[in-house]
Amino acid sequence: MKSFAHYVVYSVLNLQEGSRLADAVEFFIYDTIKIFFLLALIIFVISILRSYFPPERTKRILSHKKEFIGNILAAFLGVATPFCSCSAVPLFIGFVEAGIPIGVTFSFLIASPMVNEVAVVLLWGMFGWKIALLYIAAGLSIAIIGGIIIGKLKVEKWVEEYVFKIQSLQIQQDTARQQFRERLVSARAGTVDILKRVWLFVVIAIGIGGFIHGYVPQDFLARYAGADNPFAVPVAVAMGVPLYSNAAGVIPIVYALMEKGMSLGSVLAFMMAVTALSLPEMIILRKVLKLQLIGVFVGIMTMAIIAVGYLFNMIL
Amino acid sequence: MEIKVLGPGCANCQTMEEMTKTAVQELGLSASVEKVTDIAEIARHGILTTPGLIVNGKIKHSGKPLPTLEKVKELIGSEV
Repeated sequence: MKSFAHYVVYSVLNLQEGSRLADAVEFFIYDTIKIFFLLALIIFVISILRSYFPPERTKRILSHKKEFIGNILAAFLGVATPFCSCSAVPLFIGFVEAGIPIGVTFSFLIASPMVNEVAVVLLWGMFGWKIALLYIAAGLSIAIIGGIIIGKLKVEKWVEEYVFKIQSLQIQQDTARQQFRERLVSARAGTVDILKRVWLFVVIAIGIGGFIHGYVPQDFLARYAGADNPFAVPVAVAMGVPLYSNAAGVIPIVYALMEKGMSLGSVLAFMMAVTALSLPEMIILRKVLKLQLIGVFVGIMTMAIIAVGYLFNMIL
Repeated sequence: MEIKVLGPGCANCQTMEEMTKTAVQELGLSASVEKVTDIAEIARHGILTTPGLIVNGKIKHSGKPLPTLEKVKELIGSEV
């Protein structure tokens, strides 16, 4: 792949050997191929794995679990279970109705947007697998701890009353077990769907990366937002909370910030604040949660994300 | 024959509704497709992830990725 990028830059485009433009273009071509290959492969594998954990199954597993163990399981299942934010409310009601504690339900709801497969791939491709793993570990920890705290706060009074009164119709599940072949087909469709939605953001991210790689000095932001500035993390989170984007959309910004010398902890905190705390999702959740609980939720998440930011700045 | 498509109105739910209507037409059935958009009502039907498809009181599909048109025809056809 490296030699292919090299060939395009110097033989097809005929750029001057060793020039900044040539460097930037070579970096762009190489990274684009590498990251799209990783994205397609990993999203495909994850889609197959996820097809074994439909939410109905997750609900069954969690309904027999106590708090703590339940929180840990819920966080992992939140990553494994596919759902979009428009399903947050029916999931919440379904879980509560099945007798799953509120805190455990929150662990599940937090983990899913927090640990995003596209973000994991991009972090892996651009910064290495250690950082990708750290991101997963941090997301799971926040989901587990956030859920435990919310559980301890006895927040049932801040859940809309009707949620506890819903009597489900006991409708028969007639979704047949999928054959492996069917899983493959739908995983391929899902992968194409995700790639269609994110490819432009990814190309922009790599483009910014390639450009900055060649031109902008590395320590541009380091003076203001490096690891030694104690305010970098809270400021990054404060900027990230009102912004909302999916993980792929925020990656170009993340990449630019990091290349210009912002510390990794601050950058990851910014990214988590953007993806995990979103106004649209709060508005959707308002249908089942009273404002006080939404406030508690946002507060706990913000604190947890700031803590993760500091932690990463300390160890890296 | 009673067919319900359940979803609050996101893009996937609309696609699902259109697909279901097309499927009914192509199968030559005279069933009406009811759209359920109220979130509490969706949850009451036992649907956890949207969009959901219920045919004759049985949950045939829920969530993403969406089934293909062929699959929808099969799901509805199995209840004829």
